[in-house]
Amino acid sequence: MFFPAGNEPVEGSEKIVTTNSFVLGSGAGFNTGDVFFQLIMFIILLALLKKFAWGPLMGIMQQRADFIESEIKEAEKSRTEANQLLEQARNDVKAARAEAQNTIENAKKLAEEQKSDILAATRAESARLKETAKLEIAQERDKAMDALREQVASLSVMIASKVIEKELSAADQEKMINDYIKEAGEGR
Amino acid sequence: MHHKSPLVDLDLFGLTLTFNLANVLMITIASVIVFLIAFVSTRTLAIKPTGMQNFIEWVMDFVKGIIKSNMDWKTGGQFHILGITLLMYIFVSNMLGLPFSVVYNDYLWWKSPTADPLVAMTLAVMVVGLTHFYAVRMKGFSEYGKDFFRPMSFMLPLKLIEEFANTLTLGLRLYGNIFAGEVLLTLLSGSLAVGVGGHLAAILPTLAWQGFSLFVGAIQAFIFTMLTMVYISHKVSHDH
Repeated sequence: MFFPAGNEPVEGSEKIVTTNSFVLGSGAGFNTGDVFFQLIMFIILLALLKKFAWGPLMGIMQQRADFIESEIKEAEKSRTEANQLLEQARNDVKAARAEAQNTIENAKKLAEEQKSDILAATRAESARLKETAKLEIAQERDKAMDALREQVASLSVMIASKVIEKELSAADQEKMINDYIKEAGEGR
Repeated sequence: MHHKSPLVDLDLFGLTLTFNLANVLMITIASVIVFLIAFVSTRTLAIKPTGMQNFIEWVMDFVKGIIKSNMDWKTGGQFHILGITLLMYIFVSNMLGLPFSVVYNDYLWWKSPTADPLVAMTLAVMVVGLTHFYAVRMKGFSEYGKDFFRPMSFMLPLKLIEEFANTLTLGLRLYGNIFAGEVLLTLLSGSLAVGVGGHLAAILPTLAWQGFSLFVGAIQAFIFTMLTMVYISHKVSHDH
């Protein structure tokens, strides 16, 4: 089955053998079979590895790349979303603060208004009360004056009648009346 | 030092193919190991990688980096699988010959497949052939042909020589490095380690050289993959 390589050492000359084995291609002739075998084996290896190893591995690596890419995209998206939400929340807070400020301002204004209203009303009320009181006082005074006058009149009449009863005779009375009438006539 | 190769002839349609059974064995073993590493690493795939998946993804990213340093990913993406397979296959091949070599009946059976010039050259020719194939496929035949006259038409001979030089250096660099490593290991363990003193004396240099060979094997796998991508990008790119 086997036969010695083409450049089989010459029997009994070790030196030549040793030298020979360092020379390129000395170990074997041109073994065409090896060339084909190596080529075919390499191609088979390539095909098998592509089918069983590199293919699936590249698939999973591609899958991972896609996964990472999508995750990055997702993260970016959620980040912008978060930013938007933050901005919105900030705006909301700002609006709420402004509204609160507004409400306080309004309340203050309202209180101020009410205060002045109440003050004005009170002032008016007190003025009115004063007025009424004055009026009433005046009325009472007038009434009192009237009553006094009446009483003074009747008293004077009574006093006069008492005095007259005592001193005035009929003649005197007549004379007096006449004087009055005269006076009255002259006055005209 | 010198071992015979287990050769066998096979007649195929009137064509006589000579197989070196040791190469056949080691190529198969290397392929199986690469396949098993890749297969086992990619059994439990998850978005969140664990264990071996981390390792294999690191290899992928490493090759991706190599390709990206030579061409844009849109063009280079299709060579990703080729790059990873080349890197792992050559690395595993380089490592196979390091721990031991097996000689049975004076026939050398266990060695690095890449320590055989023909195997290394086959890979190199395959790679250079691929660069031409992709150049024609991606740029069209006329554009591919014109590239040989750029930037000046008198560059044609140089360009033609370059193709052969590329192929030869690519294959022989790999073969030379790995073969030299194995020769020295064989010398150390075979010729130096004779008797108790010899064994003791051989321990340190063998350890050192195995470590260095580990480094060389990894570097050579990287260089081979790197140069593959350099040649492909050189052929495929439009701007020179």
